[in-house]
Amino acid sequence: MSTVVAETTTPSEPTLREGAFGHAKGLSCRECGHAVELGPHYACPECFGPLEIAYDFPQVTREEIEAGPANIWRYKALLPVPSDIEQSPNMEPGFTRLLRANNLGRELGIDNLWVKDDSTNPTNSFKDRVVACALSAATEFHAKVFACPSTGNLANAVAAAGARAGIKTVVFIPSNLEKPKQVNSAVYTDSLIAVNGNYDDVNKLASEIAGEEDGWAFVNVNVRPYYAEGSKTLGYEIAEQLGWRLPDQIVIPVASGSQLTKVDKAFQELIKLGLVEDKPYKVYGAQAEGCSPVSVAYKAGVDAIRPVKPDTIAKSLAIGNPADGIYVLDICRRTGGAVEDITDDQVREAIVLLARTEGIFTETAGGTTVGVLKKLVETGQLDTSLETVVINTGHGLKTLDAVADSVGPAATIDPSYAAFAATGLA
Amino acid sequence: MSVSVRIPTILRTYTGGESEVTAAGGTLAEVLDDLDASYAGIKGRILDEAGQLRRFVNVYVGNEDVRFLDNLATATPDGTQISVIPAVAGG
Ligand SMILES: Cc1ncc(COP(=O)(O)O)c(C=O)c1O
Ligand SMILES: [Zn+2]
Repeated sequence: MSTVVAETTTPSEPTLREGAFGHAKGLSCRECGHAVELGPHYACPECFGPLEIAYDFPQVTREEIEAGPANIWRYKALLPVPSDIEQSPNMEPGFTRLLRANNLGRELGIDNLWVKDDSTNPTNSFKDRVVACALSAATEFHAKVFACPSTGNLANAVAAAGARAGIKTVVFIPSNLEKPKQVNSAVYTDSLIAVNGNYDDVNKLASEIAGEEDGWAFVNVNVRPYYAEGSKTLGYEIAEQLGWRLPDQIVIPVASGSQLTKVDKAFQELIKLGLVEDKPYKVYGAQAEGCSPVSVAYKAGVDAIRPVKPDTIAKSLAIGNPADGIYVLDICRRTGGAVEDITDDQVREAIVLLARTEGIFTETAGGTTVGVLKKLVETGQLDTSLETVVINTGHGLKTLDAVADSVGPAATIDPSYAAFAATGLA
Repeated sequence: MSVSVRIPTILRTYTGGESEVTAAGGTLAEVLDDLDASYAGIKGRILDEAGQLRRFVNVYVGNEDVRFLDNLATATPDGTQISVIPAVAGG
């Protein structure tokens, strides 16, 4: 029996279990292709570029996938997780609903529109997907602490998953985060750390801690290559739920840009594996104007992204220095999509629009995405005759304050029929 | 002018495993030159062939990303804390 040994940074690094990372065969630099052995590594030693999982995929069939559980592990053959992943305690996220959005489509003039509603995951955001993959990696690396810097949703997911897995969690957030997001972490962990600063400051701190502490698995720092693969499942599910085909257009929120790049990676893998027919599709990125470094670069036609200091109600998207931003530009340009941004008022309006057309209460990230969809139609950047999917990545109860002042009772009346009749609603 | 530089894990092969080293210089560019004099080759890891900061490395002077300051010309007064950190995505 052969064993895979991690690239040793310290002699005491434990041996990895055979098959611990499924069909992943190593890590590879996205920039220069430099190969690194599987381990808690994330930056290329040659050029600092992001390390990604490289696979030796088996032949996977639609039938095998369909026979799997109704969660992300149905795609376990395409993820860096062991074949017995269902045996370890996890939150079993994924296989969320893909809803036909006829009312919203009619409102926006889009013939064929779907909402991929990821707000129904265990902690009500898409982050449960990435955390499930990160937890598997952390476990296989024998990590003592499960940690993250977060714009809120990731902290919720890490704290909950760590609690269920019985591993200590320490989560770091900007101190000005929405109260519900703070509570949704603190309820699962006694180690929520609020940092005075924005996400980029929190991220810097976490990277420094990751460089000092042994045995800490920062989901989006030193186990980032494994974590990021979890977002591919959004792409797999959309294709499978459409009857094993790709949509023509997809609109995805952008903070760091990781999710968007992984949905594209998922579509490319499905084509390569012959699970869907090869066809063109357009990818659109959505940002809020108060934190739109990728959209600004897209519109300026440049390749470099100038970081910004975020100022928007879409706090879950408030990453001013998005590390995967250049890949978002590449993908949106390559596929013929675009990156667009909207104001905070438009974010609020879009939250209410989605709620009143489809009965889906999204958080500010989803408001940003739906609002950008609307703007893409209005500016003629999106072909309304093509099948379109918009991703709702998080739940509105987490950002209640965003709309608390814009919605409320239509009238406050005395309990009499006359008073009701006077409202004109009878 | 003496400054303190935090070294990321992937560059500690140059510093003999040290995570924090001292260097001298009045600007970030001078500090990197001085660093390279002590730890040959390290500058070429942080800067690209054109002498600019690599795309996936963030350098902080104090707590500020130098891209919000004057990039390589950013002043580094005595006692400044400099951090070199790989960019990471996902939040
Ligand atoms: C609800 C929600 N949507 C979207 C994103 C953006 O994801 P990414 O950083 O992968 O671009 C985040 C978090 O970062 C989020 O919390
Ligand atoms: Zn590289």
